Amino acid sequence: MSTAPPTTPPTTPSAAAPVTASAPRRRSRVAARIRAAAANVLYAVGLPALILIAWDLLAKKPDEAVGAEKFYPDPRTVGQAFADNWIGAAFTEEVLPSLSRLGVGIVLSIVLGIGAGTVIGLSPWLRELTEPVLEFFRAIPPPALIPIVMLLLGITDTMKVAVIVSGAVWPILLNTIDGVRATDSVMTETADAFRVTWWQRLWFLVLPSASPRIMTGVRQALSVALILMVISEMFASSSGLGYRIVYFQRNFLIAESWSGIVLLGLTGVLLAVVFGLVERRVLRWYHGMREVERG
Amino acid sequence: MAERSTMLRVEHLRKVYESPTGDVEAIGDLSFTMDAGELVCIVGPSGCGKTTLLKCIAGLLRPSGGTVEMDGVPVTGPTPAMALVFQEYGRSLYPWLTVRGNVELPLRHKKLSRAHRDRLVNESLEAVGLAHAAKSHPWQLSGGMQQRVAIARAIAYEPEILIMDEPFAAVDAQTRADLEDLVRDLHRGRGVSILFVTHDIDESVYLGERVLVLSKSPTRVQEALAIDLPDQRDQITTRALPRFTELRTHVYGQIQRAKSEDAAMSSP
Repeated sequence: MSTAPPTTPPTTPSAAAPVTASAPRRRSRVAARIRAAAANVLYAVGLPALILIAWDLLAKKPDEAVGAEKFYPDPRTVGQAFADNWIGAAFTEEVLPSLSRLGVGIVLSIVLGIGAGTVIGLSPWLRELTEPVLEFFRAIPPPALIPIVMLLLGITDTMKVAVIVSGAVWPILLNTIDGVRATDSVMTETADAFRVTWWQRLWFLVLPSASPRIMTGVRQALSVALILMVISEMFASSSGLGYRIVYFQRNFLIAESWSGIVLLGLTGVLLAVVFGLVERRVLRWYHGMREVERG
Repeated sequence: MAERSTMLRVEHLRKVYESPTGDVEAIGDLSFTMDAGELVCIVGPSGCGKTTLLKCIAGLLRPSGGTVEMDGVPVTGPTPAMALVFQEYGRSLYPWLTVRGNVELPLRHKKLSRAHRDRLVNESLEAVGLAHAAKSHPWQLSGGMQQRVAIARAIAYEPEILIMDEPFAAVDAQTRADLEDLVRDLHRGRGVSILFVTHDIDESVYLGERVLVLSKSPTRVQEALAIDLPDQRDQITTRALPRFTELRTHVYGQIQRAKSEDAAMSSP
C-alpha cells in the first residue's frame, strides 16, 4: 500500500483559517490526488517489478557451470542486449520496416473488413452466397498460406502485408457482417419513414449501430496481425523483427532473442493503448448507454 | 375554425398476412377520412391491428387491398407529408447521435440551407421544451423526455400529418398527462394535423376531436364519434366534465361490444 508522506507543510489551524478557509482543504485534496496517482503507479509497476526480481533470482550467474549464464540470462543482460540491438540504427533498419508493414496490414484489414462486411451484411442473398466460402477461408491458418503467397508475390513487403491481411481481416469482416445485420428493426423503420437516403443511412445508422461489434473485431485483429507480422518475417526475410529473433536464436544469442521478445511485447502493449484511445472515442455513446442501463 | 378540406382518405383498406399455416386477416375493410388540421384518435381493443393500420397508412407496409390517399395522391411508400412517432422511443432514437443530431437527421436530405435547418431544429426542440438538452444523448434523458425528442424530430420534418403510434404507452401516468397536453398544444398552437393511435379510452376522448373505434381483428371502423368537448382542455376540469364521462362510457361500451361480438361470432 502507498503511504505517501503528507505533502502539505504542517500549518497551525489558527494561522491558516483566517486567510482562506478553503486553502487547507484544497491542499489536502491535492495531496489525496497525488496519493491516488502514486497508488495507481504502484499497482501498475508492482507485478512487473516482482517478476523482474524473480527472474533475476532464477537466472544463472557467471560463476556457475560454464556457459550456463548464456542460456539463462538475467534481466540486466537482456536489457543490455535490448539497448545494443534495437536502439539506434537497428531501429530504423529492422524495427521500423516491421512496424510499418504491421501498420499497413492493419489499416488494409480494417478497410477491407468493414467495406466488404458492410456490403455482405446489407444484402441477404450475398450473405448466403458467401457464407460457406468465408467459413472455409477463415478456417485456414494463415501461416500455412505463407509458402504459397511467397510463390505468388515473391519475398517482398507485399507478401508480408498480404499474410498479415489474410489473417487479420477475418475477425473484422465477420464481426462487421453480424453487426450490420443486427441493425434494429425499429431504427431501420424510422429511417424508412423519414426517407433517410442510402448514404446517410449507412453513415448515421448502419455503421454506428455495428460499431461495437466492429471494434471487437478490430481488437482481435490486432493480436492476429502482430503474430503474423513476426511469422511472415521468420519464413523468408533479410530484415525485420521476426528475422532478427530467428537469427539470434539460430546463433545461440539467447539474451538477444529474449530482447526481441520483449520488444514484441512492448509493441503489443502500444497497439492496445492506441486501440483503447480510439475505442473510447468511437464508442463513447455505447459505454455511456451501458452505464446508464446498469444504473 | 376555417373550413377544412379532406387530407387523408383511407378506402376499403385490407391487410392479410400470408403465412404457411394459413393467412391471417389483420384488417378487414377499413375506410375513413381525415381533414386537414384535425386531431383524430384511433382506439381499439388490444391486438386489433392498430400498428398494422398505421404502417399501411404511412406507406411502410403494402396493403393487400384498398387505397390510402394523401391530398388525392395514392400513398405507395413513405412520404414527406407524414411523420411518425413510434411507441418504442428507445429503439426509434439513435443512441450515438445527440438530441440535436436525432432531430436533424431526417432534415439532412431535404435541401434546406444550414440556417433554415438549424432554425427548424431549434424551434421544434423549444416547442417540446427540450432546448436545453440539445447536446445530450437520448439515453441520458428520461423516457418522457425521449418521447419528446421523437415528437420534436417529427414536427421539425414539417409533415402535413403527424402519426403517433401509442406514443405514451411506455411512460408513467404523470409524464403521460404532460405529453398529452403537449400534443394538444401542438395541435392548437401550430395547427398540426394528428392521427393518434392508442389503446387508452380516456386518452382518446381527452385528446381527440374525433374518435374512431375499431373492431376486433379483422379490423373495421366500428364507430366514428365526434368529441363535442370544449376546444380548451385541461387534465383536471375536462376529465371532470359529465360529458367526458358520458363519452368515455360510450367508447368503453363500444369496445366491449367489439370484443363480445367477436366472441359471439367465434363461439358457435
